[in-house]
Amino acid sequence: MKINLALAQINTTLGNVQANLAKHLDLIKEARQQGADLVVFPELSLTGYILQDLVPTVACRPQADDPVFHNLLEASRKIDVVVGFVDEDARHRFYIALAYLAQGQVLHVHHKVYLPTYGLFDERRFFAPGDRIQAFDTRFGRMGILICEDFWHVSPPYLLWQDGADLLVFSSASPGRGLNHSSQLVSSAWVEHINRAYASLFTIFIAHSNRSGFEDGLNFWGGSTLYDPNGKLVVQAPYFEESLTTAEVDLNQLHRTRARLPLLRDERPELVERELQRILHGD
Amino acid sequence: MEIELSIDTDLVTNILTKFIHSEITRFGFSRAVVNLSGGIDSAVSCALAVKALGKQNVLAVWLPYKNSSPESLEHAHLLVDQFGCPSVTIPITEMVDPLIERFPDMGQVRAGNIMARARMIVGYDQSEAFKGLVIGTSNKTEILLGYTTLYGDSACGINPIGDLYKTQLRQLAQALAIPQAIITKPPTADLWVGQTDEGELGFTYESVDRLLYLLIDQRARPQECVEAGFEAKFVQVVVERVRRNQYKRILPPIAKLSSRTVGVDFLYLRDWGT
Repeated sequence: MKINLALAQINTTLGNVQANLAKHLDLIKEARQQGADLVVFPELSLTGYILQDLVPTVACRPQADDPVFHNLLEASRKIDVVVGFVDEDARHRFYIALAYLAQGQVLHVHHKVYLPTYGLFDERRFFAPGDRIQAFDTRFGRMGILICEDFWHVSPPYLLWQDGADLLVFSSASPGRGLNHSSQLVSSAWVEHINRAYASLFTIFIAHSNRSGFEDGLNFWGGSTLYDPNGKLVVQAPYFEESLTTAEVDLNQLHRTRARLPLLRDERPELVERELQRILHGD
Repeated sequence: MEIELSIDTDLVTNILTKFIHSEITRFGFSRAVVNLSGGIDSAVSCALAVKALGKQNVLAVWLPYKNSSPESLEHAHLLVDQFGCPSVTIPITEMVDPLIERFPDMGQVRAGNIMARARMIVGYDQSEAFKGLVIGTSNKTEILLGYTTLYGDSACGINPIGDLYKTQLRQLAQALAIPQAIITKPPTADLWVGQTDEGELGFTYESVDRLLYLLIDQRARPQECVEAGFEAKFVQVVVERVRRNQYKRILPPIAKLSSRTVGVDFLYLRDWGT
């Protein structure tokens, strides 16, 4: 099976959900016209990233009676959509969230588990952390979705791999930083390095949608990627620019790679569980 | 500890021109104003603005005082010719001399601050007339050392070069084809005859940039810098200078009384809604 993937590397209007929604609907349409089966937007694509006190004013609910999601769910009848937003739960806790929409339904919602609160980041001040990491079934097979700092930690991609995901979709609003003689920022080189490593170590597909544009002095570097189960770069969007980049996810590559390299077959999660028990609980 | 001050000038130019374009246009502007001094910092800011917005959209403002060096004038002209942007010359002598003459015992620093602030007033006035934002010309070295006049040369709408050390700016200036004479001359605020940055600071940009890179970017402890070969006294002077000038880098504190106070728990980016 093959998936036509579209990475919607967009800039956003900070705090203006309606303007961002309109851009989503345009790009979803464009992706569909280009024959895409799945279009992936960046982290907080409906709101912008450094929200601070805007958080409570831009939150929505991923359900059909929400005016924003009503439009997105309608648009997802012909193409699957991964969208970033602020989720306000029934008890008014706010999460950085990613929803997978397909055929008018919400298939899965992920709440960002790791909220960076160091250096230039201040997420934990404004958001509650998620506490679940679960893969889910789509019409293209089992997938997992993670948000930015979630995949700077090795355990969430590992758990999704063990939960049966063969395509991991990473979404981020990654501020570019770290200057040296290289033609690439340190932060973008690092993200590409680890994404390639996950694809190679887990023999899976890693799709990464990162935003572009600026918020105050921060640049978002774009450069969205797809890596295949051999760790090979299939496609990369331009740095620092908005783009809709398409690529084919050839799921048959899983068969070819794993016939050669049975890392999934030989992985021993029960051993990991036993050793973690010992490390954490001393038994 | 590695000291890596070399930069990829194409990458930096790409980010900074996109930054200028984004921050100017998102507020409905298309133009910018740069106070040219004839030095390297304002030359780089102006070159980046021209690249980002087009030469017709950048106004170069030259604001000489009666004792400004002829070399500064010559270099400002050189840059305006090279950039091909509109320019205006507005001498500040008649603005500042009445105030300076009122206090016969006024020293160089007071007079220099008055000149820097007069240039700010004229620059902002030109920005209203030209309908553009003022582009900043302060680099990372002088921001960290506080080698700047508060509400004077530090005042701006946006600052594209404030995260580049002087050493890195020199590389960027080369790449942007700033004339060699401007890159290699001793940096000066040109507030009084014979003034140079390095003479006034007591050390060279090259050495202080290497130290600041370790202290700030690499988060090295002062003692580690001494162990890496920097003179203990020099490290102490720079550490203290960075601390003492923090007030120039932040907005003035507001005494908190209410449950929500601007700058404390009323938190929005400047780019809010754009």
